[in-house]
Amino acid sequence: MTLSSNPRDLSDLQGDANSQFKPNLRSRYRLDRAFELLTWLATLISLIVLVTLLFDVIGDGAGSLNWDFLTSPPSRRAARAGLWPALVGTVWLLGITAVVAFPIGVGSGIFLEEFAPDNWFTRLIEINVGNLAAVPSIVYGLLGLTVFVDILRPITGGTSVLAGGLTLALLILPIIIVSTREALRAVPSSLRQGGFALGATRWQVIRDLVFAQSLPGILTGTILALSRAIGETAPILVVGAAGYIAFTPPLSLEGLQSDFTALPIQIYVWISRAKKDFEPIAAGGIVVLLVVLLLMNTSAILLRNKFQNKKL
Amino acid sequence: MYGSSQIPCLGPNRLFHLVLIMHTEPNSLPPPNDSKMWRPKRGVSIWSERLVKYLFASFALISVVTTIGIVGTLIFETFEFFREIPFFRFLTDTQWTPLFSDQFGIFVLISATFMTSLIALLVALPIGLLAAICLSEYASPKMRKWLKPALEILAGIPTVVYGYFALLFVTPLLQSIVPGLKIFNSLSAGLVMGFAIMPLVASLSEDAIYAVPQSLRQGSYALGTTKRETVTGVVLPAALSGIVASCVLAISRAVGETMIVTVAAGASPVLTLDPRVSVQTMTSFIVQATFGDNPVGTIGYKTLFAVGMTLFLITFVLNIFSFWFVRRFQEKYE
Repeated sequence: MTLSSNPRDLSDLQGDANSQFKPNLRSRYRLDRAFELLTWLATLISLIVLVTLLFDVIGDGAGSLNWDFLTSPPSRRAARAGLWPALVGTVWLLGITAVVAFPIGVGSGIFLEEFAPDNWFTRLIEINVGNLAAVPSIVYGLLGLTVFVDILRPITGGTSVLAGGLTLALLILPIIIVSTREALRAVPSSLRQGGFALGATRWQVIRDLVFAQSLPGILTGTILALSRAIGETAPILVVGAAGYIAFTPPLSLEGLQSDFTALPIQIYVWISRAKKDFEPIAAGGIVVLLVVLLLMNTSAILLRNKFQNKKL
Repeated sequence: MYGSSQIPCLGPNRLFHLVLIMHTEPNSLPPPNDSKMWRPKRGVSIWSERLVKYLFASFALISVVTTIGIVGTLIFETFEFFREIPFFRFLTDTQWTPLFSDQFGIFVLISATFMTSLIALLVALPIGLLAAICLSEYASPKMRKWLKPALEILAGIPTVVYGYFALLFVTPLLQSIVPGLKIFNSLSAGLVMGFAIMPLVASLSEDAIYAVPQSLRQGSYALGTTKRETVTGVVLPAALSGIVASCVLAISRAVGETMIVTVAAGASPVLTLDPRVSVQTMTSFIVQATFGDNPVGTIGYKTLFAVGMTLFLITFVLNIFSFWFVRRFQEKYE
């Protein structure tokens, strides 16, 4: 708040104490309590929504969870439908996205934070990364549809797990870049100076000192970004993930060009069938997806906590 | 210090001598063959450094190429679209049936996106902001340690899950309260979307509020204000740029949100602002059209990109506004 610097306001204050300054403390404190209650209420509501959502999904889906559900292919009949191709498809997407996005994202982060001079080119990239983070994920899907499915068809084989993975990699690239830069910024500059003083080149300092120090932070950011990619439905739906895939991509280079489905896609397909008996298996799929995400997030947090104590 | 031609021969303390040599004139160095000084092969390291630098710079360029790719493909296909459908009709048609008959009124989709986003923001902005104030100003550090991860969980839940929740839990619940509520409607989609983007507002605003220096609060208390007056009169204005940035990001999220509206708001393109009926947003049209078969070059395919371009332009303008606002109003404290 800026107090008015106009001298007349101040003289008004001194002349007539009641004009602006209301010393009625009791009503002000009452307002205070109401306001504090309101903020707690807002927090409470969001927690209630979270708990309701989890209970609803687990309540609906717990019944359909069993070994057969995890290991059988989807089916027209809800009782026999399973999750296996979707689960494998998600693992494929996770692998491709990680392999592509991690080196590129970390490399860009290192370049921007450690190598880049402060000039128009760097600023352009910075603004651009910020901009990309706000682009709706479905627009990435359209990009993937044109570039990976259409233009690069000889490489990706059209609507394939590779096209989906590359699209997701582009989607999470800005997140990885930003978290890499944050992790690098947290490394004290005395470490770098120590390295330079020993005669190391910039790259040697980064590789052997800075990168090693910031690796836990970078990995945490990457895992969180990957868990976002796993839950994304819209972009891979646009790229052409199929609803009913009864097989899994073979574990080979040709497998990259195979049709695919993924957990969120399978869930969406089951929900949109709009049949009562498909609701429990959609919920079961959601529970599996949430468990996968929970595992990833827990490992990220454990990683962060484990290394936080060892920081210089 | 030392004579110009006299450098003591290297003893055990090599680094010390190296430093000494660095301080002397270049022509005062001994002839190279005499020297037993440590001379690492720097060529390799210098070349590898250069290689890595350019490699990483090209990685950083990929993000620029992505932007160019997005803008380029959208512009190209949208241009193709407008060669067949006049821009005027895109804005003035009152129906949207591009896949079977010839009606291309984008405002049909925009009205639905507007409706769901508005409802979502009416939920997300107040609750998110109040939760941020609560976390930063009222919650004890111990509470904060528990509440923040809970909000992060809420933020990490995939949107298709929220869609399920909206369609199969919230809608039946609301149907007993709101008369005439259809199975697919923008009300429950908007409400649930509000809770899906609320953590984003809460977390970014909390960062901004938390960053306001303590001295401002103390100064305000010294003037005799209560805690609420300090928060609303001093802390919030000081954090304004960060709060507005988080709100703008929430708007772009709401506009670009796909799965919740696709699952819960339906797929009937009608020009209406009635939150109780089934509508089709821009994003759910894109999903519907790609799920069907629209080969490259057909008008259905081009329509996808025209809608995508509209979506991109809206979020782009919001983003530019946010950049401008933060630059213009950001408070800097030492």
